[in-house]
Amino acid sequence: MNTRIISRLDVKGTNLIKGVHLEGLRVIGPVNEYAIKYYEQGADELVYMDIVASLYGRNSLTEIVSKAARDIFIPLTVGGGIRTVDDVNDLLRAGADKVAINTAGVRDPELISKVAKKFGSQCMVLSIEAKKISSDYWEVYTDCGREPTGLNVLEWATQAEKNGAGEIILTSIDQEGTEQGFDYELIKAVSGQVSIPVIASGGYGKFNDFEMSVSAGASAVAIAGHFHYEKTTVSDVRFAAKESCIKVRELC
Amino acid sequence: MLTVTVVDYGVGNLFSVRAALEYCGVDKVIFAKTESEIINADRLILPGVGAFMDGMNGLKEMSLIDPITRYVKTGNPILGICLGMQMLGTQSEEFGLHQGLNLIPGKVIKISSEDISGNSRKVPFVGWAELHLNTSDKFKPNILSDLSNKSAVYLVHSYHFVAESENHTLAYYDYYGLKVCAAIQRENIIGVQFHPEKSSKAGLGILKNFLSI
Repeated sequence: MNTRIISRLDVKGTNLIKGVHLEGLRVIGPVNEYAIKYYEQGADELVYMDIVASLYGRNSLTEIVSKAARDIFIPLTVGGGIRTVDDVNDLLRAGADKVAINTAGVRDPELISKVAKKFGSQCMVLSIEAKKISSDYWEVYTDCGREPTGLNVLEWATQAEKNGAGEIILTSIDQEGTEQGFDYELIKAVSGQVSIPVIASGGYGKFNDFEMSVSAGASAVAIAGHFHYEKTTVSDVRFAAKESCIKVRELC
Repeated sequence: MLTVTVVDYGVGNLFSVRAALEYCGVDKVIFAKTESEIINADRLILPGVGAFMDGMNGLKEMSLIDPITRYVKTGNPILGICLGMQMLGTQSEEFGLHQGLNLIPGKVIKISSEDISGNSRKVPFVGWAELHLNTSDKFKPNILSDLSNKSAVYLVHSYHFVAESENHTLAYYDYYGLKVCAAIQRENIIGVQFHPEKSSKAGLGILKNFLSI
């Protein structure tokens, strides 16, 4: 099926930011200006992550999303600082199509079932921040890659799928922001373990990384810094995918 | 003045439907919670995400089932989106057997996670798929008119509509050998499994077609 090309937007306040290993954040510019640009270039989906929200216990995304949803007519996934079913309701009513939950879901796995039950699995995206510990063991981190949890990524992914998560956005903390490629072993291990779609995130540096993620089992690939710094465009990636016989959406 | 009425029964992403309609030139979008708003609509949209049972319960609790049925008899068009399309059917197997609005005969069943040769399908289906249009003249013109055959739309769902009559299937997409119903129509009753409000230019074009019926 068509591999989705996703533009990931890490947000602080109303600004687009970018870091390395989810740290050392640098302001890039007003987030929705970038969002519209990627929509117009043909992105299949946008992911907004308020990556400092869970540290400070707030969420500024509702307003950003409701503005974005006026001009952008592709799916919007929104995450960061979501704690309750009411938070989810607010974001969906603001124009989000899916929510991504990490920290609050780890603290209370019941939240995942509650969201899935109330709004459907299709809008419950599990966000996993994974840190490699050994060749076949990754640990789940929360709070923007700061807090170790002792949870095994593979076990957590399986449990969350049972609880009703409909999709996983899988970020490798080790690779994030490095432009050195994704953690393919991680993608392979998780997508082999669950039957829900896995979005590869963290590490895109060149088109080969897209191909390798797809071979490893990713249903979608999220690209952040490489788009923000204009090292490539959504259209470039789509064109390269077609050249490599990877099915992507046809823009008509 | 171009007015569209969207049934507001507590679920669904109303904001993006409204945003897309406004973008397509609608002057006024009414979020309807009452009988009279629904019966007096010029064009009705039944949105919806989430579980079938919750959607039907939402309609029941707000006593909106009868008004929708009466609206349909006026001959004005109704468009069900995603769960809203599934609810147009006879029944669904999602979390037990539940009755739908029974406006287009058909069942809603789970997407099989295995194809005939045993390969696995990811469920839910999440993403963009190219529509295969039913070319029967009987439907022309319809909301998918002028759409090129390669146009892709955005879908996210675990259950799919199986229409009793092939004549009610307007379009399908191919999910590793499974023909998944993407759009249905019986006279003025129309349903789309995909999200036109999230399907970029192709989706906006489909909404514009609905507005010109």
